[in-house]
Amino acid sequence: MDAVAVTAQTKLDSQRIRADFAYLEELRNGKPVAFLDSAASTQKPRQVLDGLRDFYEHSYANVHRGVYQLAERATAGYEGAREKVRAFINAPSTREIVFTRSATESINLVAYAWGLDNLGPGDLVVVTELEHHSNFVPWQYIAKRTGAGFRMIPIDDQGELQVDALDAIAREGNVKVVANNLISNSLGTVNPVEQLTEWAHEHGAIMVVDAAQAAPHRALDVQALGCDFVAISSHKMCGPSAVGALWGRAELLDAMSPFNLGGHMIRSVRYEETTWGQLPYKFEAGTQPIAEAYAFGVAIDYISAIGLDAIEQHEHELVAYAMEQLSEIDGVSVYGPPPDRRAGIVSFNLENVHPHDVSQVLDWENVAIRGGHHCTQPLMKRLGVAATCRASFYVYSIPDEVDRLIAGLLKAKKAFA
Amino acid sequence: MGEFDQLYREVILDHYKNPRGHGAIANADAHAEGQNPLCGDEVSIYVSFGDDGDTIDEVKFEGRGCAISQAATSMLTEMVQGRSATEIAALPKEELLEEIGIPLTPVRLKCAILGLGVLKVALHRAKGTPLPEEWSTLADELEFDADD
Repeated sequence: MDAVAVTAQTKLDSQRIRADFAYLEELRNGKPVAFLDSAASTQKPRQVLDGLRDFYEHSYANVHRGVYQLAERATAGYEGAREKVRAFINAPSTREIVFTRSATESINLVAYAWGLDNLGPGDLVVVTELEHHSNFVPWQYIAKRTGAGFRMIPIDDQGELQVDALDAIAREGNVKVVANNLISNSLGTVNPVEQLTEWAHEHGAIMVVDAAQAAPHRALDVQALGCDFVAISSHKMCGPSAVGALWGRAELLDAMSPFNLGGHMIRSVRYEETTWGQLPYKFEAGTQPIAEAYAFGVAIDYISAIGLDAIEQHEHELVAYAMEQLSEIDGVSVYGPPPDRRAGIVSFNLENVHPHDVSQVLDWENVAIRGGHHCTQPLMKRLGVAATCRASFYVYSIPDEVDRLIAGLLKAKKAFA
Repeated sequence: MGEFDQLYREVILDHYKNPRGHGAIANADAHAEGQNPLCGDEVSIYVSFGDDGDTIDEVKFEGRGCAISQAATSMLTEMVQGRSATEIAALPKEELLEEIGIPLTPVRLKCAILGLGVLKVALHRAKGTPLPEEWSTLADELEFDADD
């Protein structure tokens, strides 16, 4: 048997997966809608929705405090989800997993709780030209508040970070924070986070990774990345909205001031002084999105069962196919790196047609894409455009939907010619 | 999508490709510009009044952006030509939206009324009257610049 090479990779069966998503079976004007906006938010499988409903019906109470059985069940569900997040990103301990409302809140938590105490004049906060506003604006704001400098690593014409600009940046001040997304939500660029982390640590800086766009699409290992904080979001990976997570190194989280105050994050309250709870509760003020966190765990089970390597491969095939088809349309410009260095996202423009108009015509053709700046205005400025069209893929996306995108684009092109 | 909508879509495309009243007016009696930062649409409007100081004698616009924003402004110039500036300054947006005819999502609604908002800013400035609240809220959001 040793003459036969066996590939372990199981291919993802998108047709079977599609049956889990109610919207994909819905018809509009007799046709299904090609949903190509998963980078903004994914559709939710029945398993997650059933889990959410089941939890609310049979396991719901406020967590941590109640001594009755139902509260214990709720706590077990909520803490079980924390363990699922931990395992999913290969974090060392659940003490390092903080539930938040979103990846955005996760980053704000670090920017405020770490940044306000550790940044000052002469320090530098370094982000990239590719960042989502969520990993750009909090740092710009906290830098301004603390008197620290704010720098941006530029990208090249392929939409990839110009890492040779790093040394010049380091000469301008004391680099304290490097913040980067693992995968760009606008261009799909896979960024060299390990390299940036190494550089950040050489300069004594912390590395903050926005993995909201990466976690749904490829295996994530925070220990292999070597960074200090990672933000992820449930709604981009088949889970409910209004819940996200922050992973941070325990020694950093321990040393940080709290972010939001009140509720379970407190150990004891006296008129003179209040002390904070242990990790991770120190950062979980107020009643958390309990059932949503539970269902986030179900979503993690769902995509893990499909397999992250299979998901990555599936998206790669779709994006390569889409880019090939797009390149055959005269007047279409595609932004960003080649398929082998990007995730399942493709940003493009149709010459002389505003992305909103392209999206509108495609919507009439039952194809849902995003037209806009994708919360990356600095990137749009760099590309010299007000907005782009963006198609993005997930586990349920199929080549037929790419074909319908292309057919719709040809219609749009004709209509505006 | 019915034929009725199809017809309206063609009208919009026609206005987009062949905008009416395109251009600028030197020494205009009223002028304003505005943009929608969300999608980068830009519109500048110029108005000349008749001898009575109120009739819209000539109206022109310059701009760039999505088809809805540019076509709606083009339609607007046809709609207001020869009418009283005082009346147009108080024109309900529904009159323009009826003319546009196709259903618009909230995002696109802002594209559609960009030109009307800019025109209202120009007319109210020229008349020295305050912009109604509904429009001043929009003016903040759409970054209108009423400076001549």
